[in-house]
Amino acid sequence: MSTASTIVKLPPQEGATLPKKSYLNSEYGLKSWLLTGDHKRIAILYLISITFMFFVGGAMAGLIRLELLTPQSDLMATDTYNKVFSMHGIVMVFLFLVPSVPATIGNFLIPIMIGAKDLAFPKINLLSWYLYLAGAAFTIAAMVLGGVDTGWTFTTPLSTHYLNTHVVTAGLGIFIAGFSSIFTGLNFIVTIHRMRAPGMTWFRLPLFIWSHYAASILMVLGTPVLAISLVLVILERTIGIGIFDPTKGGDPLLFQHLFWFYSHPAVYIMILPGMGVISEVISTFSRKRVFGYTAVAFSSVAIAVFGFFVWEHHMFIMGVSNYSALVFSLLTMLVAVPTAIKIFNWSATLYKGSITFETPMLYAFGFLGLVTIGGMTGVFLGSMGMDIHLTETYFIVAHFHFVMVGGMLMAYLSGIHFWWPKMTGRMYPEQVSKLAALTTFIGFILTFFPQFILGYLGMPRRYAAYPPEFQVLNVLSTAGATVLGIGYLLPMLYMTWSLKYGKIAGANPWQATGLEWQIQSPPLTENFLETPIVDHEAYDYEWLANKTQHEVQTVG
Amino acid sequence: MHIISPVLWEFLVNWLTHFALFPPEASGIAPYTDALYFFLVGISLTGLVIVGLLVGLFSVKYRKEKHPEAVQIEGSTLLEATWTIIPLALFMIAFVWGALLYFRIYTPPTNAMNIYVVGKQWMWKAEHPGGQHEINALHIPINKPVQLTLISQDVFHSFSIPAFRVKREAIPGRYTTVWFEATKTGEYHLFCTQYCGTLHSAMIGTIYAMTPDDYQAWTAGSTSGTSLAQNGERLFASLGCNSCHSGAATARGPNLAAAYGSKIQMSNGSYVTVDDAFLRNAILNPTMNQVAGYAPIMPTYQGQVSEDGLIDLVEYIKNLNSNYRVQQTLNTSQVQTPSPAMPGTSGSANAGQGMVKQ
Ligand code: HEC
Ligand SMILES: [Cu+2]
Ligand SMILES: [Cu+2]
Repeated sequence: MSTASTIVKLPPQEGATLPKKSYLNSEYGLKSWLLTGDHKRIAILYLISITFMFFVGGAMAGLIRLELLTPQSDLMATDTYNKVFSMHGIVMVFLFLVPSVPATIGNFLIPIMIGAKDLAFPKINLLSWYLYLAGAAFTIAAMVLGGVDTGWTFTTPLSTHYLNTHVVTAGLGIFIAGFSSIFTGLNFIVTIHRMRAPGMTWFRLPLFIWSHYAASILMVLGTPVLAISLVLVILERTIGIGIFDPTKGGDPLLFQHLFWFYSHPAVYIMILPGMGVISEVISTFSRKRVFGYTAVAFSSVAIAVFGFFVWEHHMFIMGVSNYSALVFSLLTMLVAVPTAIKIFNWSATLYKGSITFETPMLYAFGFLGLVTIGGMTGVFLGSMGMDIHLTETYFIVAHFHFVMVGGMLMAYLSGIHFWWPKMTGRMYPEQVSKLAALTTFIGFILTFFPQFILGYLGMPRRYAAYPPEFQVLNVLSTAGATVLGIGYLLPMLYMTWSLKYGKIAGANPWQATGLEWQIQSPPLTENFLETPIVDHEAYDYEWLANKTQHEVQTVG
Repeated sequence: MHIISPVLWEFLVNWLTHFALFPPEASGIAPYTDALYFFLVGISLTGLVIVGLLVGLFSVKYRKEKHPEAVQIEGSTLLEATWTIIPLALFMIAFVWGALLYFRIYTPPTNAMNIYVVGKQWMWKAEHPGGQHEINALHIPINKPVQLTLISQDVFHSFSIPAFRVKREAIPGRYTTVWFEATKTGEYHLFCTQYCGTLHSAMIGTIYAMTPDDYQAWTAGSTSGTSLAQNGERLFASLGCNSCHSGAATARGPNLAAAYGSKIQMSNGSYVTVDDAFLRNAILNPTMNQVAGYAPIMPTYQGQVSEDGLIDLVEYIKNLNSNYRVQQTLNTSQVQTPSPAMPGTSGSANAGQGMVKQ
């Protein structure tokens, strides 16, 4: 246990100036963006596109909550409702949550954090974005042409034989977007293996890198299974091969196995990068190295490995053998442990720190609380007998929104606020952003907490109409969603505002230790003028304090 | 009292009286499920409070104004081991407890009465052995174990009774079972919880839990005239099953009497126990379920018999315990104009009926 102590002073922001040359102004024109190989520009392209998709998915969520204001199905036809929640799920899962942190923040930071000039395959990186766009285009086409009402889970044989909506179009969209994610994962893995700066050993990597590494493995190994199951759905739908159809000797449960073999790990594809963000943010704002670095790093890997062997917990009530359910329940309990370790390690990081409460930190605190609830309710669902009552109800809806929205989205917003100064060179207004963080938190609790109670009461998910005794809780939930909506709109507005009017941030506004903070903001296209040589561990605040106080090299 | 507006007041009262926070506990298993639930809520709250306290206390004590110098700490194996082992232990309790509950809910007792339930877009059809059919409703006696054998005719559905804390997926092409013992009379929600298309949220119904006497009266009052087994018997004849399964020593197909529950040898040498699922598969997929010692001549009935019909056939074969009387039955008037079956009364099954289990 080292007990060196560090005082870190924030640099004065008044003196900061925007660098004359940066990745943002190295080239001009639409073409310079659309054909760029620069990971930072591609990250910005992703940022714009996933923000757009987020608001599409968000609008769907708004419609769902409006319909559920009253017990009757009165705002829209039930078919329309089914299309709306399907689109909400498809857009949010495949086009927002999966790419959210990795494709934007990860893309921007992974090369910089390890001291590289770019990702290993810049052109493949650009291709990933175009694939994402194509996937999104197909999905939106499916929506505009009349919608798809399979739910995001594409359950067979409903999706293969009983619906005449645009299942194939939407399926193709997700199939294509899947390749975007496979290529991103591949790019990250190769980059992290091959492009680390001299001295950047595995155990000097920021935890952000570890968690992205783990998530990338899941993307590369899991997504092809999703792709193939969608291809099988499309083939069964179009030419009638009998893979899932029991009357042709197929097995409808097979689809469940295939789908969840991807979609459970997908939960970790979504949450692991967010956990990486939280490690960076909590360390920075408590000016302390992350408590138990190795445990946090390995818990990411453990989550990735165990994450592949728990999928059947989505099928406990579907007539699987009781004994196989037993094995999967046990493994589900095991996968909960690394998450618990992380949460305690983050809390312990605060101990004897020197804590400040900037906006990213507030989001990170929100993350800690909500992920604890989300994770614990996962244990409810992993406990087989309990799952019988809770599965397919609003309990499960609340559970995964706590993990995905309370966890991942909070982490994403935390990360965006944390690295915004690095990405744009400017600060956002501090007070408003704190207000937004608080609004999001309150809105979130109000929206999703009542859903746990609804779930225990037995309210099924994906219902357009429900018994009147569930109304009070549904009204609360809708009210909360309104607050939550405001909480998400605010950053959108002030972030855009800050692009022009925000205070100039300077290279290292938070006095963080990562390599990305040692270069100018916004960075140069080539990131580093000369390849950095790393001689210290991650989160070494002493090193930072002792570093001769020369303001970072500004070119030109 | 109503200072604001009588209308608003009425609305509020209406609203709040229709307000539920906890589902009724109306089955034998419900208190067990709830106990596990409260245990899990307990450990969740404890975890949440611990994390909250740590974060809160440290934030106050070590905020920059009070604690300007951060003390760098590498970690602590002891502490980390603690917060690995304690959660692990608690999760293991949740695992074992949940597993016990699960096995209990999905292992029907042998003396349970069986009701078939067929799910189809968008309704539930329950078929009682006595031949009573009901749509989106299920009448059951309290204090008696009831087993449901579920199947879907089209897509996945899921049969959920929150008040009983039981739920089971109705899967196309496969029987699943669940059981419960209602403990309180009353009417309870029945939901389809698996998304199944347009009217998923209308695929709901009511469970009527009744005293045994009321139930008896209900079964007597709503009989359709023929029991499931009798329907099956007719189908058995009209589909020509009896031409091969005549029970005669020279018959081309095996004698199905007493088949149910027995262990038979398959042509590939393995042994299987004849249960509902096996019977259903044997009818639809004879080539996949070859019985040893017979030629593979049985045609497939895939697509020719509805799920209801299959249930009738299964129920018929199930009840053929000893007497093989297809041929006689068809010649008696009993089947053409069946006497009202009395599922509630035992021992009155007259000759000519497929021995309805009471
Ligand atoms: C052409 C003659 C033929 C017809 C018609 C026929 N079966 Fe069969 N069935 C067989 C033969 C032969 C076997 C044994 C070999 C096998 O398993 O395929 C058999 C096996 C079975 C079995 C499994 C045997 C066991 O001991 O449990 C069941 C159940 C069965 N048949 C039910 C039916 C029903 C119900 C029908 C009418 C819908 C039917 N069969 C029509 C010839 C026939
Ligand atoms: Cu899962
Ligand atoms: Cu349904």
